[in-house]
Amino acid sequence: MAQVSLRKVIKAYEGGVQAVKGIDLEIADHEFVVLVGPSGCGKSTTLRMIAGLEEISGGDIAIGGTVVNDIPPRDRDIAMVFQNYALYPHMSVYDNMAFGLTLRKFPKAEIDKRVTEAARILDITPLLERKPKALSGGQRQRVAMGRAIVRDPKVFLFDEPLSNLDAKLRVQMRTEIKKVHQTVKTTTIYVTHDQVEAMTLADRVVVMNHGVIEQVGPPQELYHHPATRFVAGFIGSPAMNFIPARIEEASGALNVVMNNGTTLAVPEERVARYRPYAGKQVLFGIRPEHLTDDKTMDKSNLAPLSLTPEVIEPMGMETLAHFRHEGTEITARLDPSTPAEVGKPLALIAHMNQMHIIDPTTDKVV
Amino acid sequence: MADGGAATLPRMDAPGGASLKRFARRRSTIAFLMTLPLIAVIGGLVVWPAGYAIHLATLNRRMTSFIGLGNFEILLESETFRMVIFQSVFFAITAVILKAAIGFWLAHMLHHIPANGQRKWRGMLLVPWVIPPALSTLGWWWMFEPTYSSINWILNIFAIPSVPWLGEPWWARISVIIVNVWYGAPFFMIMYLAALKSVPEQLYEAAAIDGATSWQRLRYVTLPMMRNIISITVLFSLIVTFANYDIVRVLTNGGPRDLTHVFASYAFQVGILAGNIPRGAAVSLFMFPILAIIAFFVLRGVNRRNKEEA
Amino acid sequence: MSATTAPAQQGIYHKAGSLRSERRWALWTAYLSLIVSAIIMLAPPVYMLLTSLKTSAEVADQSGSPWWVSNPTLENYWALLGNRMFIDFFLNSAKVTIAVVALTMVISVLAAFALGRMRFWGSQALATGVFLTYLVPDTLLFIPLYQIVGGLGLLDNAWGLVLVYPTLTVPFCTWIMIGYFASIPKELDEAALIDGANWMQMLWKIFIPVALPGIIAATIFAFTVSWAAFVYPTAFITTPSEMPMTIGVVSQLIRGDTFAWGQLMAGALLAALPPVVIYAFLMDYYIAGLTAGATKG
Repeated sequence: MAQVSLRKVIKAYEGGVQAVKGIDLEIADHEFVVLVGPSGCGKSTTLRMIAGLEEISGGDIAIGGTVVNDIPPRDRDIAMVFQNYALYPHMSVYDNMAFGLTLRKFPKAEIDKRVTEAARILDITPLLERKPKALSGGQRQRVAMGRAIVRDPKVFLFDEPLSNLDAKLRVQMRTEIKKVHQTVKTTTIYVTHDQVEAMTLADRVVVMNHGVIEQVGPPQELYHHPATRFVAGFIGSPAMNFIPARIEEASGALNVVMNNGTTLAVPEERVARYRPYAGKQVLFGIRPEHLTDDKTMDKSNLAPLSLTPEVIEPMGMETLAHFRHEGTEITARLDPSTPAEVGKPLALIAHMNQMHIIDPTTDKVV
Repeated sequence: MADGGAATLPRMDAPGGASLKRFARRRSTIAFLMTLPLIAVIGGLVVWPAGYAIHLATLNRRMTSFIGLGNFEILLESETFRMVIFQSVFFAITAVILKAAIGFWLAHMLHHIPANGQRKWRGMLLVPWVIPPALSTLGWWWMFEPTYSSINWILNIFAIPSVPWLGEPWWARISVIIVNVWYGAPFFMIMYLAALKSVPEQLYEAAAIDGATSWQRLRYVTLPMMRNIISITVLFSLIVTFANYDIVRVLTNGGPRDLTHVFASYAFQVGILAGNIPRGAAVSLFMFPILAIIAFFVLRGVNRRNKEEA
Repeated sequence: MSATTAPAQQGIYHKAGSLRSERRWALWTAYLSLIVSAIIMLAPPVYMLLTSLKTSAEVADQSGSPWWVSNPTLENYWALLGNRMFIDFFLNSAKVTIAVVALTMVISVLAAFALGRMRFWGSQALATGVFLTYLVPDTLLFIPLYQIVGGLGLLDNAWGLVLVYPTLTVPFCTWIMIGYFASIPKELDEAALIDGANWMQMLWKIFIPVALPGIIAATIFAFTVSWAAFVYPTAFITTPSEMPMTIGVVSQLIRGDTFAWGQLMAGALLAALPPVVIYAFLMDYYIAGLTAGATKG
């Protein structure tokens, strides 16, 4: 078990295109870190550089304190779980799991002990003699994890392991992965494009975009205190609303004034922070769950506004209402008992304690 | 992005980064060693002989002096060789068109019968392709045999007079084509069948709902989807047919009166049997530009379509 | 056909009925074409078989139908199997074919793995070169090869054929093996790399077992091509004791003016037997190998 450090890691392709533009990341021993971002953000490339499957164009990667830039994958003491499982189709489940140990010339008894133990943890003991073809998606996923566990490596690498599963199984396997990590406690780096997976699994989430790290932090911190417009929009579902607005000063207090004149009062404790933006055009960020008709949650700093819904989506436990305001889409989360109707103005409340102001010139959250 | 110089730019080495590069370089070395036998075969047994053939073709009969294009000039002036060119081209084009048409028809018929019966029929129809052609042609030769011809026997039943299969030049040419079509049509059938099976059923369903008749489905769905396989199969077959030796050698051996020779059999006759190696080499070299031009255009078309559809 | 033979009704049912008759008509056309073509495709080998079962006297007798055997006999086959020369043809073919198949498979699998998976300077060009080489017909090369083989003193020697047959087999086998290897997901070799396999282990323990159907198809192809090769042995071999089957049967069993037709046909059928047997038992692999060249290209 070991910590992993990335220092100024660069991946450049021929012709100068940079997929990863110098990232720094320290991953502690036993930590479960999730790299998340849209496709093409460099997260998979980063993982594959840690695995040794891609050459590092610049910077250093260290596993357990040793720089491994120049070490081939087999000597890095890592294990990887692939999106399509990459099980050897001609080998039984047992042989798939034992393959890495056999190649490393482990004694037969030791291999048997480890495979049996991993099979027990993953609950696949009855499947050991089968070929991968005879397994369901979820079972294959377990075998792929088993192959990683038996090696008892320093680091587990997961490359979008749940993307090929259906929605229900995905949730189930997510829990499974978390359980396994709690049992074996191996340092884990997990790549996904699904922010829900990232939030639920990670000790710390690394949000990447265009080859750079936008923000690193525990899930709750990313949710409540996103550092950039990208993170604010990427974390949380449905995504945060970004409404063009102005900050205006009125007798010592600040207001967010939307283009249609709607005025929302900024909470007192934030006035000092936002004062430099008084009189300026900004983006007013508010999550759908904080733009609602539900008055039960947080009583302070509520600001009323009225919008006319274009589409209503009842989801059962909640109802989503979509509005169009000066060319921007706005989503609100309603109490399911609210009698909302398309085309009929709806009274909403913005929970201004949860508001964000984004400087449109830097895309940073203020 | 990568244009303007084929060489890759030298990259800055990170400290200690040289070794993974060594790993990559070792990989290249191993890979090169693994392809070495292949390179030896291609280089030593194809490229080198091809070059050597060009050299041979410029020598005189005793291979003692260089005579430039002399062999080619002599050949082009010879009545027999002009006939060989005509016969080869006529044979290849007619045979390939017939093979392609029959193969296409059979593939379609096979595709339309219930799936569980297809294997059996396919197995039977491919038999001509499986028997070494030199040997099956012996059977045909026997069937064409003037006194005992079993084909003429059948024709006579239908009151059709006996045909002098291998005795008359034109009938001999037709005989060669018949045998070649018999041997090669199953190959086309198998290729087209594989192509037909690779067209997604949904496309036909979509076309049917769009109101396409079965003819229109063939014209606008099947044929465009099969174009690459059709062109590659035609290319293979054109080359193999053009360069055919077995059938002509066994069936007519160039006769009657050297009128059914194709390039290969004539090259053999001149080069090996008559011992004029340089002229024989010149005869077979005549095939090369014709084949190269056909291959160039077909492969360019395939490549372009692959790129467009990628 | 379906059992619902409801009486023709009006409107929509009438329409459905006409669609069905159209389908049935298409099916009859299909079966008719297949039957006719199967008869034509199978007639020559069947006629060869019939002739091979006849005595010379019956072959020469023109009173009856040539498509019928009145006194079937195996004497032609026994005569051939007791003929030392014919046995030599068979042994030569077997020797040459087995050597060529082994050589071909080693060369092609190694090269296909390196070209398809390892990527090195020039590998792309070489892969294209392999395909183009496949397009070069043997009849273009036999004269210079005759000189080269002669220079090595291997004319009239079955081992000379082992040297030149790879030109027929290696390019195509390499080409289809590249295709088969390419269909193995990239993650599989990455997983093996992480599991600690070196390149040889990866090829031997992962690629060869996974691409086994392709290996079988390529082996069948190499076998049938070597067995059926005709131009090279005709050009290079003139001594009967060194001849393989194809040229042996064609050149040595035809003698004089009165041909022993029965024996000739028996010889041709026996010579054709190995590829036909392989085809009968491994038809799916055989066909997969045939189609792989064009569909993967």
